[in-house]
Amino acid sequence: MEYELITPLSREEILKLKVGDTVYVTGEIFTARDEAHAKALEWMDEGKELPFSFDRGVVYHCGPLVKKNGEWKVVSAGPTTSARMNPFTPKILEKVECMAIIGKGGMSEEVVNAMKGKAVYLAFTGGAGALAAQSIKRVKGVVWEDLGMPEAVWLFEVERFGPCIVAIDAHGNSLYRR
Amino acid sequence: MEYNDVVEAVVFALRKAHTELPDDVVKAIKKAYESEDNEIAKRNLEAILKNIDAAKKLGVPMCQDTGIPVFFVSVGRELCLDFDLKAAIVEGVRKATAEIPLRPNAVHPITRENSGDNTGMNVPQINIDLVEGDELKLVVMPKGAGSENVSALKMMLPTEVNKVKEFVVETVKKAGGKPCPPVFVGVGVGGTFDGAAKLAKKALLKNVLEMNEFELEMLEAVNELGIGPMGLGGKNTALAVLVEMGHCHTASLPVAVNIQCWANRRAEVVLR
Repeated sequence: MEYELITPLSREEILKLKVGDTVYVTGEIFTARDEAHAKALEWMDEGKELPFSFDRGVVYHCGPLVKKNGEWKVVSAGPTTSARMNPFTPKILEKVECMAIIGKGGMSEEVVNAMKGKAVYLAFTGGAGALAAQSIKRVKGVVWEDLGMPEAVWLFEVERFGPCIVAIDAHGNSLYRR
Repeated sequence: MEYNDVVEAVVFALRKAHTELPDDVVKAIKKAYESEDNEIAKRNLEAILKNIDAAKKLGVPMCQDTGIPVFFVSVGRELCLDFDLKAAIVEGVRKATAEIPLRPNAVHPITRENSGDNTGMNVPQINIDLVEGDELKLVVMPKGAGSENVSALKMMLPTEVNKVKEFVVETVKKAGGKPCPPVFVGVGVGGTFDGAAKLAKKALLKNVLEMNEFELEMLEAVNELGIGPMGLGGKNTALAVLVEMGHCHTASLPVAVNIQCWANRRAEVVLR
């Protein structure tokens, strides 16, 4: 099946998705990799309010290549290896209502379990940075820029970002088992 | 030849490496696309081919992970270089980072502070070789972290020669979908601890369509894993296994496996 997802997402539409489905995402997504995950968890533990919201949102495992010409423009922005976020993701899913993760390479069984009833993992073709950039229409903002370009949190406005494959669904299925 | 010629040659080579894959690499990806009957595998390979076209057409880096620049420089012994060759390469990387642009990837290993221009302690990595003739050949391989992180080295026993294939297959299996398969596998057999790793990286510079029997045998074994493009299943886990060998100590058998993503980026420039 093919689905169009528009942010903010709803639990109902997330639960409909099954591994192997194709998805296009429209709306807002934000990037987060190792440093942003660690820092977000630290802030949550300290009770500090994050400068971006996970709720009903889409996290993109990505360290984009961006350029500033007056305003920020995305040059190339494919997904990064999601497995590096394995240690952080279950803790984050416990605390916030994040509903989708876009990445590449898959995530651990622990994450698959943590996603049950809550979230889906969408695989976008790794390395396809020039292609991904075409559906990122605008950089809406950046926070934690001090972490450096790849590790900062970039807020993107996307239009039909995809095709993404539902590689882990919210029912405990994963295409990465073999 | 002057300092600035080298700076410009570095910018040229990096731009070419990031926007255009070598013909042999593109041919190998196209062949994989045609051979795949798994629908998800085919769609991923299709996206890769579309991405290659888009990067070339738009003149932008095909992947946002523009890697750490690794240089292999051959200096003809008849050349007289009246300038700091390494400094010129470093300046070329700085210039390329701003102009192409490239993502700044180089960070301090402990503080994780980003240098902002892809240079720093021992970065870019520059390997210099002295050769016959009067040419300066610069080969650049931007190396991404997804594939570098799953590479491995093993100091095997001299009696384990028949287990080299097993180690290669095991390394690719452990990597799974992480390094952006279908991958290219560089294998360094022999040498020393560091030498084997260097051989493995150099193996990735070889033509990916020309494999010997030993390499083809390992490729077949790797593809039996069924990891497939992006780890989502399929026939094409690797597109080539490439080996470089070196004599080693009678008591050792170092083997290094350097994984490279489908974006097997490399470019060369020759200066006189």
